Order: sequence, then C-alpha cells, then structure tokens
Amino acid sequence: MALITLSSPHAHGRNNTGRIMLTVALATLPGLIALTWFFGYGTLINVILASITAIATEALILRIRKYPLAFILKDNTALVTGVLLGLALPPFAPWWITVIAVSFSIVFAKQLYGGIGNNPFNPAMVGYALVLISFPVQMTTHWALSYQMSGQELASFSDTLQIIFAGHTELADAYTGATPLDQYKHLITKETSDELLKLDTFSGWLNGGWEWVNLAFLAGGLFLIWKRIITWHIPVSMLLGLCVCSLFLGWDEDLYTPMSLHLLSGATMLGAFFIATDPVSAATTLRGKLIYGAGIGILLYIIRTWGAYPDAIAFAVLLMNFAAPLIDAYTQPRTYGHSKARRGLTSKSDNKD
Amino acid sequence: MATKSLRDISVDGLWTNNPALVQLLGLCPLLAVTGSVVNALGLGLATMMVLVGSNMSVSLIRNHVADAVRLPAFVMIIASFVTVAELVMQAFTYELYEVLGIFIPLIVTNCAILGRADAFASKNGVVASVVDGFTMALGFAVVLIILGALREVLGQGVIFGDMNLLFGEAARHWKITLFNDYPDFLFAILPPGAFVAMGLLIALKNVIDNTVKQRAELRKAPVTSGSKRVRVTGKIS
Repeated sequence: MALITLSSPHAHGRNNTGRIMLTVALATLPGLIALTWFFGYGTLINVILASITAIATEALILRIRKYPLAFILKDNTALVTGVLLGLALPPFAPWWITVIAVSFSIVFAKQLYGGIGNNPFNPAMVGYALVLISFPVQMTTHWALSYQMSGQELASFSDTLQIIFAGHTELADAYTGATPLDQYKHLITKETSDELLKLDTFSGWLNGGWEWVNLAFLAGGLFLIWKRIITWHIPVSMLLGLCVCSLFLGWDEDLYTPMSLHLLSGATMLGAFFIATDPVSAATTLRGKLIYGAGIGILLYIIRTWGAYPDAIAFAVLLMNFAAPLIDAYTQPRTYGHSKARRGLTSKSDNKD
Repeated sequence: MATKSLRDISVDGLWTNNPALVQLLGLCPLLAVTGSVVNALGLGLATMMVLVGSNMSVSLIRNHVADAVRLPAFVMIIASFVTVAELVMQAFTYELYEVLGIFIPLIVTNCAILGRADAFASKNGVVASVVDGFTMALGFAVVLIILGALREVLGQGVIFGDMNLLFGEAARHWKITLFNDYPDFLFAILPPGAFVAMGLLIALKNVIDNTVKQRAELRKAPVTSGSKRVRVTGKIS
C-alpha cells in the first residue's frame, strides 16, 4: 500500500503560462481596435505579420536547438512578443522593418539567452530599439495621422497593403507625420502653448485619437490587474514617476510638454501595463517593482524631454531591465521565521544557512 | 617554452589562441574601426607592423632588461613602433590616416601587443618571436577584415568600398554593390552591431572546434565489429 502525502496547495487554479500569455495578448485588443479605428489598418496588418513572424522564428530556432516544438510554442510567449511589437511599430512601417525587429527580438534577445524565462531584457523592446536606431527616419517621422489630426480620410485597406508590402512610400507621405509628442516638443520652441492648443492635433479634449488609444490600453491593463496577471506596483509607480517629473521639472507648458500629453500620448499606457510588466525581465519583489517602475517613469520623462527620440518606452524599459537583478537583490522581503531580511549581494561563502 | 615548433606557434596565433576570438584582446579598435573592409585592413596592417617589430625588439633585449622595469621598457618600444606606423600612414595613405584618426595612436594600448611582448617575446628567441608576432597579428587582422566585410555588407549593402584610400586610384572601382536601394542598416555600422557580429564569429569558431573534436573522437574509437561486448553504455574503448 502506498500512502502518498500530498502537500498544499490542494486547490489548483487552471492557470499556466500559455493561458496567462494568451490573456495578455487578448487584453491588448481594446488598444488594437482603437489604433485601427483612429489610425487605419496598418497596425492590424503589423500585428498579424509580427505574430506570424514571431511564431515562425521561434519554431525555427527551437528546431535548430532540438527542443520540442509544440510544447514550447504552446506557452504563447512568442505570440505576445509579436503582438506587442506589432502594436509598438509605426502603422505604415514597411514589412521588412517588422520582420527584422521581430526576428531579432526572438533570435537574439530571447533564444540566444536560453529561451523563455532566461532573457534579461524585454525581447520586444530589444527588437524595437534595434529598428529605432537603425531606421530613424521610417520609425520617427512616418507615424500614421488620424482623421482628427490631418483632416484627411484614412488610408484604405488596399492602400495600406501597398504601402507596407510594395514600398509605395509616396502614398504613405500623405497619411503620415510626426507624433503629437514630437510635434509639441519641436513647436513649443517657437510658439506658446496657447497657440499650439489651437492646432488640430492638440485642440479639444479626447479628440486626436491618441487619448482614446491610451485609454483603451489602460482598460486592457486594468483587466490584467483584475485578473491578477500583473500587480498594480509597476504601472502605478511608473505613471507616478512620470507625473512627478512632469509636475516639478516641466510645469511650464510654454517650455515643456504638458503632463496630460505625457500620460495620454505616445506609448505611455502600452508601456506601463504591457511592456514594463513583463514577468521575466522586470523586478520581482513588491518593493523592487515600485523602484523599477518609478525608474522607468523618470527615465521616460528625461529621454522624452531632453533626448533625441520622440518616445522613450524602449530605452527606459531596457535601461531598467539592466538594473532589475540588483534591485531584486536589495529588496528581498523578510522570510518567515527569520528575524531580518537577507538583502544585498551575497557571495557563495556567505550562504551557510 | 623554447620547445614549441614554429608550426605550433603559427597555429596558436591564427586559430587556437587567436587574439581576437579567444583571448578577446584589442577589442576597442576591433569594435571601433571595423565599419568597412578598408578601415579594418588599414588597422590590421598597422597592428601587424607594430606587433612584428615590437616582438623582434623585445626578444633581442630580453636578457638585458631587469624584470622590475620590463613593462615600461616594452611600452616604450611599442610606442616607438606605433609612431613609425603612424608616420608611414600619414605619408602614404593620408586619407585613411584621417579616417582611422585616434585609433592609430591607440594601437599602443592594444593589450594584444603588450601581452605578446611579455608572454612570448621576453622568453623566446628572435625567430620564434617574429613568427609569433606575425601569426598573432595575421589572426587579428583576418578577424578584423571579416568583421569589416560583414558590417559593410549588412550596414551599407556594398563591399570593398573606398579601397582607393589604401591602394590608390586604381582601386576606386573595386566597390561591389550587392543590393541596390539598400536602406542603411545603422545598427551594423554602429558599435553594438560590432559586438553582435563578434559574438557570432566567436560562436562560429566554437562550433567548428566542437565538430572537429567530435569527429576526432569518432575516428579514435571505431566500433569494432564482432565485439563480444553485450551491453554498451557510455564510451566504447
């Protein structure tokens, strides 16, 4: 007779990596719909192309590494990387930019480090940073414009396909321009904020499309917190870091981008809820998450305001990824039964008990 | 040390102990100037001249310099040869000299050169030291050129561009355009691309080494037919 002693927990949730990652991918849907609604079909095509590329490259590398294909592809992490990159890239980015970014992120940032769970950097952001520094023109000046910003009809589906796949860039010029963040930063050096706020891009409340996109991502992020897939720590501290910087350093709207634009424009909400919270490359302790998130928020403000690039989610997240292991080491909680928390970097000889 | 044959010394420098791929020395110029074949070739040749000269001189004075002051003495010798190389380049390939800029004087700080002087030339005869210097520098230069070619192709879609900087006007049309309308891939031109390409080259060398080792092991231990062994676990010896 065999008596098997089962230890707790006895009740199991049905969660596994695959389900969690699928939920994350689905939670981006409101944002995807908003992007497609306001900026045309480009993002939708990008997301599909990026997801297919991500899964295909992952399968190829797993094949080379002689790993079981179906078992690992089922964890859906490649899908999430693809979806996030597809959302982050400019809607009218030519297809090869998407393919380069996605395959670099899967091959170099993820699989070369050992695959899922071993990557020190957020794969999607590594791919994004690669194409951002490689093709600055296509990545920063060719953002899609919404109807509200340009007063022009959106590109039709066939036009979008032609711009992305056939390289008809002369078609793209009519539908693209700088992002509001970029515009404000450059125009405010010449004009006052009152003059700027009369422009189509900035006038009115919830008007330009950007606000709705960010609110949609915020909704998706709140859904993830409600499902307990992410905790509130990183998004809240990141947005707080951004707001505090904006209030204290950039309170003068005639000189700096106002806080509302920082919060509801660019990739702020996508970054706060979907990118900074990547469970592999982010800090893991609760106090560590607060420091990590705040660091991203502060860096985001600094690079956006004084850097050369209009948006800075990728660089801010990658820089804090560097720091995440150290933050974790110094924010270990007290273990039950010990009077003091063990913090800091310990060498092997210190680990006697 | 003196027992090492010239052949072993050469294989050491070119492959098993390659300064760029195995010792990972001299990474600063390696990553900074390998943006194109011509830059890489120029720096490779300059380094080669310095390394052969310094190895020879250090080997000649090896019994006359006190141990305590050997490093300053070696650095002085290396610096003299670097100055010579710099003046030669200034005289004959002025444009390339301008392109490479600070990285020519910086050859002094290339640890591969001081490393060879201290680890080899100060303990070996003149001929062995010259061969060591030449093969080490050749190994370094070959890696430089491969990296330069990789980054030129990936970054700009051309290869052998601007070769006239080194070989005179006749070499101007050596440039081969591989892709028309190639959008410059800045990542490959910037230093991070050099790191990634370097990592790929090191990985390639390790793969080749492993394959060679596995083949050698297979050849060493052929499975004898008609063996009476019943259970075969592990290696057959």
